[in-house]
Amino acid sequence: MAITLTENAARHVANFIAKRGKGVGLRIGVRTSGCSGMAYKLEFADEVAGDDVRFASHGVTVLVDPKSLPYIDGMELDYTREGLNEGFKFSNPNVKNQCGCGESFGV
Amino acid sequence: MALLQISEPGLSTLPHQHRLAVGIDLGTTNSLVATVRNGISVVLNNGNGGAILPSVVRYLADGSVVVGEAAQAMQNEDAANTIVSVKRFMGRGLKEVGEISRLPYRFVGAPSPSVAPGNSQGGMVQLRTVAGVKSPVEVSAEILKVLRNTAETALGGELVGAVITVPAYFDDAQRQATKDAARLAGLNVLRLLNEPTAAAIAYGLDNAAEGVYAVYDLGGGTFDISILRLSRGVFEVLAANGDSALGGDDFDQRIHCWLLEKNRLSALGPQDTRLLLTHARAAKEQLTEHAETRITAALSNGEVIDNVLTRSEFHAMSQNLVEHTLQPLRRALRDAKLGVADIKGVVMVGGATRMPQVQHAVEEFFGQTPLTNLDPDKVVALGAAIQANLLAGNRSGGDWLLLDVIPLSLGIETMGGLAEKIIPRNSTIPTARAQEFTTYKDGQTAMSIHVVQGERELVSDCRSLAKFELRGIPPMVAGAARIRVTFQVDADGLLNVSAREMSSGIEAAITVKPSYGLSDAEITRMLQDSTQHAQDDMQARARREQQTEAQQLLEAVQHALEQDGDLLDQAERAQIEAYMGALRDTLQLTDHLAIKRAITALNDVTVSFAQARMDKSVAHVLAGKNIADLEIK
Repeated sequence: MAITLTENAARHVANFIAKRGKGVGLRIGVRTSGCSGMAYKLEFADEVAGDDVRFASHGVTVLVDPKSLPYIDGMELDYTREGLNEGFKFSNPNVKNQCGCGESFGV
Repeated sequence: MALLQISEPGLSTLPHQHRLAVGIDLGTTNSLVATVRNGISVVLNNGNGGAILPSVVRYLADGSVVVGEAAQAMQNEDAANTIVSVKRFMGRGLKEVGEISRLPYRFVGAPSPSVAPGNSQGGMVQLRTVAGVKSPVEVSAEILKVLRNTAETALGGELVGAVITVPAYFDDAQRQATKDAARLAGLNVLRLLNEPTAAAIAYGLDNAAEGVYAVYDLGGGTFDISILRLSRGVFEVLAANGDSALGGDDFDQRIHCWLLEKNRLSALGPQDTRLLLTHARAAKEQLTEHAETRITAALSNGEVIDNVLTRSEFHAMSQNLVEHTLQPLRRALRDAKLGVADIKGVVMVGGATRMPQVQHAVEEFFGQTPLTNLDPDKVVALGAAIQANLLAGNRSGGDWLLLDVIPLSLGIETMGGLAEKIIPRNSTIPTARAQEFTTYKDGQTAMSIHVVQGERELVSDCRSLAKFELRGIPPMVAGAARIRVTFQVDADGLLNVSAREMSSGIEAAITVKPSYGLSDAEITRMLQDSTQHAQDDMQARARREQQTEAQQLLEAVQHALEQDGDLLDQAERAQIEAYMGALRDTLQLTDHLAIKRAITALNDVTVSFAQARMDKSVAHVLAGKNIADLEIK
């Protein structure tokens, strides 16, 4: 299993990191919170932690801490535009239920 | 699902708690709104695809309001009801505005300040429009409302706040008026920021070496020069100077005059004047990129003008305008008691600074190349957005000492022995976070708050820091009470935990020192444990959640049986009790899905019982009342 980015998402991430001027990749994780139990974490990564699990997708390094991996393994990240808003969209096969907007979820 | 943005390390927002914050450049001529998205400051486009909103507000007879380009287009036709450059009237009295006879507005004497003490509108000029008397605060609020809508549409959520820029020379009355306008527009003002400071922040000078910087701002109708000193990340305005009647428009005017002279035109009507000014402006912009430009226009009397303007001609005719800006520059330096050599960097702001002759003059004056790589029309809004992002709590960890982070997450124990993290590990301090909790049982009047530290899911695997009780919660049904637990860590690393029941206001608090007694080795071990047990923890968490839910359901059903058992016949009661027993048996199992199935089964067999109880209580409420009584309620 792995975490993957769509080509479009990868292009945006690479672009954001380049403009930001630093960063080794993208960090994805989960934490406990929110109305349905779990919430996603999406951050720039400035360094690789010793126990990080690394994935490479279209040239972008994705880091996941081992604690989060069981909740999001097999997930795909896309970048889309909805009206004037744009951002990243998660397709997580582990999700059993989620809140109305999908920002928090349960497994 | 919602679309997510990438956060700075350690700063992911909680679901539904995105701290959307914007920076607003509320300009005399144009206004803009910007935000930090995926770590980069960007100006937000409105629905029409443009980013710049002309600061023009037109009031119509039916009370409706038009803002921006549509209002600007009617500027000449409906001058009295179309308010341009309202910023000049903010916080100003009739006497201070001065040029009243030259303006097309119907000014009204301000209401007496004694009517509304402490109100900034007292003493401020008012404008009479077809839609009634409007204060400059109300007019500005219309502009801000449009920007707020633009931002909320583009960001897909409500804003937590905005940083609004004001000229460095704005006094308290003008600043207060700006704040009032924001409040009227439904914006929470995180801070008012000086325009030159915003520009400096956009260029990242706040992360640069300490020193003195000059900000040269030549806008559409105003010129401002500010001398800033940066020390320890804070900008101080040493001196501000300028000319409130000098800007890019004056350069257009020069080309316009040149056209009149060249073609021996005189006394043009307002329509032709506007036509020529529009062409003059286009020619000015052309000359930034090209050595010469051609101006062709057909006047209303059929006459066609066709002239070629070269860059050197334009420079010659506008030379004294450029020199005019150097005078306030010298004065500002003198006020700051500094020389040209003391200036570490020069920032260019305002569309008119694109003109090569302006850049050249500034470069010559300071003996250094000014910063021009950001769009000078947008640089103030971009800087304000960066500041707003910081103030909203989305600050990046980079500018904090590594010592100033919390080594392990802090949280409290929730039902079932689960640890709910309130301040995540690696949060920079000082920090404060709050979360709301509720009661678990009907009529619960006290709550035990157990403060824990660690990364594991179960409290038994985390370190216990402190325990205290919140007593005196008014009796309510389970889940109705709202208890706000606030964790605050001050700059010294002291943790203060307070709990407050929101309806009654009762409060309890405790102070602990979280890092006390934890050695580096212990912290490392706790972190390692948490990753090694990731899979176990996930199972354990799911099991505890189901166990808690099961217990809650069992209690509720038990309670219902005691109260309304008479609604059931023997067989029904026996069936429910059998399912309760089955659920109790699953509690010891490690498979959380088995517990879940038993919960669902018990829920299913009690549906008709719940229905019967509902009917009974409705009947009880209605008993002995007539229809008329009920309708009044």
